[in-house]
Amino acid sequence: MRWHGFPGSSSACETDPVRVLVAMSGGVDSSVAAALLVGAHGPRRVVGATLKLWGGDSDSGCCSVADVDDARRVADQLGIVHHVFNFSAEFEAHVVDPYVTGHVEGRTPNPCIEYNRHLKFDRLLDRAADLGFDAVATGHHARVERDPDGTWRLLRGADPAKDQSYVLAMLGQDELARTVFPVGAMTKPAVRSLAADLGLRTAAKPDSQDVCFIRSDAGRAGFLGDRVPLHPGRLVDHDSGADLGQVAAVELVTVGQRRGMGHGTDGRRRFVTAVDVPARRVTIGPPEASYATGVALHTVAWIDGVPAALTDGRSGTRSSARPGERSGGWPASSFDALAQCSAHGAPVPCTVRADADELLVTFARPQRRIAPGQTVALYDTDRPDSVVGSGVVR
Amino acid sequence: MSAPAEGTGAVDAYRAYLDHAATTPLRPEALEAMLPLLTDGFANPSGAHTESRRARVALDDARDLLAELLGAAPGEVVLTSGGTEADDLAVHGGWEALAAARPEGPPPAVVCSAMEHHAVLRACRSLAARTGAELREVPSGPDGRIDLAALAEACRPDVGLVSVMAVNNEVGTVQPLDEVARIVAAGAPGAVLHTDAVQAVPWLDVARTTAPAALVSVSAHKFGGPKGSGALVVRSGARVRPRLDGGGQERGRRSGTPNVAGAVGAAAALAVTVAERDEAVARVGALRDRLADGLLARLPGAVETGDRDHRVAGILHLRIPGVESEAAVVLLDEAGVAASAGAACSSGAVEPSHVLEAMGLDRRQASSGLRFSLGVTTTGQDVDHALAWVPGVVERLRN
Repeated sequence: MRWHGFPGSSSACETDPVRVLVAMSGGVDSSVAAALLVGAHGPRRVVGATLKLWGGDSDSGCCSVADVDDARRVADQLGIVHHVFNFSAEFEAHVVDPYVTGHVEGRTPNPCIEYNRHLKFDRLLDRAADLGFDAVATGHHARVERDPDGTWRLLRGADPAKDQSYVLAMLGQDELARTVFPVGAMTKPAVRSLAADLGLRTAAKPDSQDVCFIRSDAGRAGFLGDRVPLHPGRLVDHDSGADLGQVAAVELVTVGQRRGMGHGTDGRRRFVTAVDVPARRVTIGPPEASYATGVALHTVAWIDGVPAALTDGRSGTRSSARPGERSGGWPASSFDALAQCSAHGAPVPCTVRADADELLVTFARPQRRIAPGQTVALYDTDRPDSVVGSGVVR
Repeated sequence: MSAPAEGTGAVDAYRAYLDHAATTPLRPEALEAMLPLLTDGFANPSGAHTESRRARVALDDARDLLAELLGAAPGEVVLTSGGTEADDLAVHGGWEALAAARPEGPPPAVVCSAMEHHAVLRACRSLAARTGAELREVPSGPDGRIDLAALAEACRPDVGLVSVMAVNNEVGTVQPLDEVARIVAAGAPGAVLHTDAVQAVPWLDVARTTAPAALVSVSAHKFGGPKGSGALVVRSGARVRPRLDGGGQERGRRSGTPNVAGAVGAAAALAVTVAERDEAVARVGALRDRLADGLLARLPGAVETGDRDHRVAGILHLRIPGVESEAAVVLLDEAGVAASAGAACSSGAVEPSHVLEAMGLDRRQASSGLRFSLGVTTTGQDVDHALAWVPGVVERLRN
């Protein structure tokens, strides 16, 4: 089948100067993203690209040969050119190696975010510019909009259950100006339904799960165990410091983890409150000890530059629609926001202030501890679907 | 040559196909010879009836012709599904046969050049992993030819199999097989010498060039024959243990119903290739040199890989600093130039070149390699087209 039009949208316009490179993972979202672009711009203005990221074993997500085949066959069906770009060296350097190193050092990095930061919205944007494309499109469930003053905004996807703005919260104006998320305004069922209507072979393909470069049978333990030595560690009580037993591999334990930590003498569940890999020590405590009132962030990124409230303190000069301005202008160099601490976590009100290169986020109510290496995304209090920025937990 | 550009996003309808080292268009002579075997002559040559005998005659005639043109006896030609299977049979099967003859001591060691095609390199590595045999990979000099001193170092009496290609597929350098054979005979007497001659056939007197090797791999689609057809020459005195169990075709060396049309197409293509080789080498070599000189003059900083005096007529490999070859091939395609980044995996992604690394180039240098490979259908207009479009692509990627 060759498909040259999208029901309900204007058809290809040959004078349209836009050329879009659509990143096709072989999944249903990016397949439909490509189809929508073909409907809007025509097949000659859209080129598909699949990134070869991983030379090792993998059985899911972004990395397998079967996914490349699916992406190429969908591109064939849509009548667009398809390329495979080998970014495996960069993937290893920016995603896999830091993932391994993070665990060795007691952090739990989010590889999807590092992938987006270093590959999809850096390396691929550069490659697209080299090849004369105006924009890169992906199948992410998020939206990009432009304010009347020209500022680009990153907004949550229309489907709350599938919103992926959290993993894109490191993007800035330069990236957003050249990025398109064609399925961001659709719900996932609508995406699947359109894929089925178009006869795309990926219509019923399951969503990718977990970390794409880790085989499900080996798991994180097998993956890390093949690359670095794993060490047993002591389990220590958060309050008393008492020795509570042993864990098989301290590198595999994450702050906030509940699974495998058992119950205390009070009969309540125990949570990991701290991991000290060099000391081979995991600290656990009751639920109340597993909460924190705030968190410090590094590797801070802003959608539209540093908020005025953090740079000129007491009185922001930008419009009140901006994050960072409080009606009283107090306290200096801080602003209110909504913090989202995991891919699908509930946003919580917080206050954000700058401290040297770090951001200090104070939650309105204590939150379950967030593992170092994880990302916190900040959203606009006045416009809760709009991302303000993000940072990585110290 | 020109072909429709539909679906390519090409900005210009003219297409210059400069990827003959990847595969060549089928020679009309091969197509003509094959058609009867794909229609009336369909029978299995192993049968006892008239239809089979017709197919058998075609197969035997093809084998005789291939043998003559490859400088071998008909019984020495083992038909395979292509170059990769021929290499696999040579490395695994050749080693197994030799190891069976040397039951005492450690498993015989294997030597190969580090710039072998993956069909040889990975076969050697899997053989070593499977059997415990030691594998010695011999590097190349910056000229793209095997380091003979390192080869001599590697060729010791414990060696059972040596594999050195006749012509490198990425940079086109001709390897000194006569000297290789002398070194092997001196340092590792009794070792079997295999050569992957897949890229040599269109350009060299392959019968003479490969004469020092006991095992010789060729692939039909690299010289105007069909894909899925190749051969391993197993000279008398050398032996290979079969890799496939089955009906015992090819004198027990390669089971499976013979690809009669493939063999006939290979023989027809080889016949015309050999007959026209001198003329093709002169004509295509001149086109290649014009392309090389023109691009070097137009691309500041570009470097020709390997020694031009020891390179086959069809291959030009350039390194263009500041240009990622993976991006360049995409833009060249849009400009109507079909070129290659050197090594591509099955998905089409560009792999870092182990050949350039074997020559001592670092990863950054290796990622700027572009291969233009010409063939007998290449025209002056193809070269003009490349000369007109490549500089603009390079300039764009450098800005």
